[in-house]
Amino acid sequence: MQTRNGNDRGFLLFLTLFAGLYVALIVGMLFADATYTSPAHLIEALKSDEIRYAAKLSLTTSTITALLSVWFAIPIGYLLSRTNFFGKTLVDGILDIPIVLPPMVIGLSLLILFQTSFGAAVESVLPVTYRIPSVIIAQFSVSCAFAVRTMRITFDQLSERPEQVALTLGASKAQAFWRVTLPQAGGGALSAGLLAWARALGEFGPILVFSGATRMKTEVLPSTVFLELSTGNLEAAVAVSLLMVIAAIAVLVMARAIGGRRGW
Amino acid sequence: MIHFDSISLVQGEHHLSGINFKVPKGDYAVLMGPTGCGKTSVLELICGLRSPLSGKIFLEGRDVTELSPAARGVGYVPQDGALFPGLTVGEQVGFSLRVRKRPEEEIKTRVIQVSNMLGISHLLSRHPEALSGGERQRVALGRALAFGPRILCLDEPLSALDEDLRADMCALLKKVHAETGVTALHVTHSESEAQELATLHLRFESGNIC
Repeated sequence: MQTRNGNDRGFLLFLTLFAGLYVALIVGMLFADATYTSPAHLIEALKSDEIRYAAKLSLTTSTITALLSVWFAIPIGYLLSRTNFFGKTLVDGILDIPIVLPPMVIGLSLLILFQTSFGAAVESVLPVTYRIPSVIIAQFSVSCAFAVRTMRITFDQLSERPEQVALTLGASKAQAFWRVTLPQAGGGALSAGLLAWARALGEFGPILVFSGATRMKTEVLPSTVFLELSTGNLEAAVAVSLLMVIAAIAVLVMARAIGGRRGW
Repeated sequence: MIHFDSISLVQGEHHLSGINFKVPKGDYAVLMGPTGCGKTSVLELICGLRSPLSGKIFLEGRDVTELSPAARGVGYVPQDGALFPGLTVGEQVGFSLRVRKRPEEEIKTRVIQVSNMLGISHLLSRHPEALSGGERQRVALGRALAFGPRILCLDEPLSALDEDLRADMCALLKKVHAETGVTALHVTHSESEAQELATLHLRFESGNIC
């Protein structure tokens, strides 16, 4: 007869097997990238003006996108979490569309939107399509949806009681939000920003369609990987991929460090 | 004075109607009743955190049924204290005055006055996570009293405390009531608490308060 400890061990082994397989897949991919390339390849990649431009553009646009996404996600997440209104289910569903739509379709939809009279009006003030603003809009369209989900979950998990107490103490809803609720949502906002940044850094499909992949103009790092691959330069493609991996891990470590210090 | 005039509300799956009761000015009323009967809802109705389906609520003779929680001037001490994370005890106690944009000097004086009354003046620079259960309840009480409310609502404020602390807090609540003359409505399951504190006993039974 199987002992109770034996049963527990079997179950733990079952859990560990699946966790181990997936972790091995992730580590295996990173290891393959790291061993395929060499420091010389990385340095060579960084010496290229085009790649340096793409890296700069990627880091700048991803950071702007992450900040914009959190700026939008906080009020949207709070609205969905704390209020009930007519059509809420519909709005909630619409906010998930960028997550489930194929990336190319998002790019194409943005391209068409900016061909309409509304788009033409915007373009007449600020040229967007095939220019840098289109990179940010393409990244924002997808990243913001992930940030909104994160902020909604953050506010759902925060007790409403302190906010209600603040109202009884004479605070307006806005004061209760700014002084009591928002400071508690710092960890969630950081996660939302991090997720949005990582999504923006890896965004490719919508940017390819809406911004193009013109060197020294709208080329971001994922476009570089695509362009280098399409010309058969696998070493440069892997070196750029590794740069993106390093940047993503650096942000992750930074966020964990800040979060750990503040107890998030 | 607290006065419920034919209040009806939805409580869980039940529809309660025709709730009438009065707590005269300066009384310390203790409301008891079975779990889930709607005691907390009564406090939320007084504070303006929920609206009745029909009926009127009068506080100090004023119809507050349509007023926002901020405009009612009711001190509220919820069950778990619900202190504000990230704010020090001093900032919690001064919160109501700060949102009213009172001068810093006045806030400081009032925070010292209230914290002396409640015996929390040594805790002013601490954050909620560094407080014991009894200290948290004292701070929550101080935060509710700082702006000088005429009505005080307490939702099982002693339920999480052990016997010794409970006796201390009972004594403190009596002292606060005597010193401020506030009209209090205190919700509890404890008969001994009611015996100790109440100048008016209320029971929530069969959907009505008597």
